[in-house]
Amino acid sequence: MVKRYGFPLLMILLLTAGAPALAATPLPDIPKAIKGEQCVEDTGFMRRNHMTLLEHQRDDTVQRGIRSKKHSLKHCFTCHVVKDDDGQPVTAEDPRHFCRACHDYAAVQVDCWQCHVSTPEPSATSVKGVQP
Amino acid sequence: MSNKKAMSGNQIDRYRRRFLAQSAAIAGAATLGGGLVLTRVAHARPADQAVNSDKRWGLLIDAGKCANDCDECVKACEMEHGWGRGSSDEQHSSPEQKAQWIRKVTVRDRTTGHETSLPMMCQHCAYPPCVDVCPTGASMKRDDGIVQVDKHRCIGCRYCMMACPYKARSFIHEDLHAQKTESPRGKGTVESCNLCVNRVDRGENPACADACPEKAILFGDLKDANSEIARRLASEPSTEIRGDLRLDLGVRYQGI
Repeated sequence: MVKRYGFPLLMILLLTAGAPALAATPLPDIPKAIKGEQCVEDTGFMRRNHMTLLEHQRDDTVQRGIRSKKHSLKHCFTCHVVKDDDGQPVTAEDPRHFCRACHDYAAVQVDCWQCHVSTPEPSATSVKGVQP
Repeated sequence: MSNKKAMSGNQIDRYRRRFLAQSAAIAGAATLGGGLVLTRVAHARPADQAVNSDKRWGLLIDAGKCANDCDECVKACEMEHGWGRGSSDEQHSSPEQKAQWIRKVTVRDRTTGHETSLPMMCQHCAYPPCVDVCPTGASMKRDDGIVQVDKHRCIGCRYCMMACPYKARSFIHEDLHAQKTESPRGKGTVESCNLCVNRVDRGENPACADACPEKAILFGDLKDANSEIARRLASEPSTEIRGDLRLDLGVRYQGI
């Protein structure tokens, strides 16, 4: 018996001993929010459900004109912004971008940035009349 | 499925809100009694409340005041929504392909030779052909009468562009990078004047109406009999372009 299963048993033991090495798999380096300690919802909830919140909000905004800030994409970037060496917020084209940090890791591609701006709103975007 | 659920939830909320408002009104009237009824006048809509059909936004454009060589309204639209001169994108598109949310049109009377200049954009029909033909529900009319494209649903088939009698819609042919935060736009979707829905939801006027140096563009609620636009429409002559199509337009013109 021992003779027959000795080698596989040894292998299993060795592999189990190697488990800490598996746990050392690199995890995404999530950039910290620039202000506030608490997201609009619990962190765990946001990690699992942010896409549902955003999708719900987008339909509410476009179709029903509801523009509450809490779950809006624009509002995410008031806190979740990564600045480059010049102090300018990086866009989603930069791998350091908040969304990219996880989405690159999970290999989930999002289409938001084909249309939406991925940086915080400049203080005055709305144009009153005409600019030179 | 989840979308459907969310929609039915919204619907229920809407009924519930209406019911509560009505009960509150009845209760208010009952408490006051003596023929005194308080009415609440809504000014700016709170951000978390949906638009409703109590309002219908529209424009009254006085072509008589519109100067031939002026395009301030077009420029303001470009800056507000980041197209044309308001953007560094669309370098590879031909002039016919480039976005045109609003354009200046000059019409000439063949007999007299008299020329009239006017701004032309989405006419925000009450019965929009673009909404009728859209296969995905992307081309839509909001409850307050604003016709726009829900780009999350647009597949870029361009049926709406063919259906529109006013040539109001354009298609984005190339990748964009310099969009405005409040006006997301991207390759493969159709777009048009949305009556500056971002500004209207804040209680402001559309950019073109604010920019016109002659104040030839008047924005307002067509359903509110006391609004300036409704009063002027009731007392002065105005016309719809291609009124024979009976689309009940939200944009009406004077002096053409």
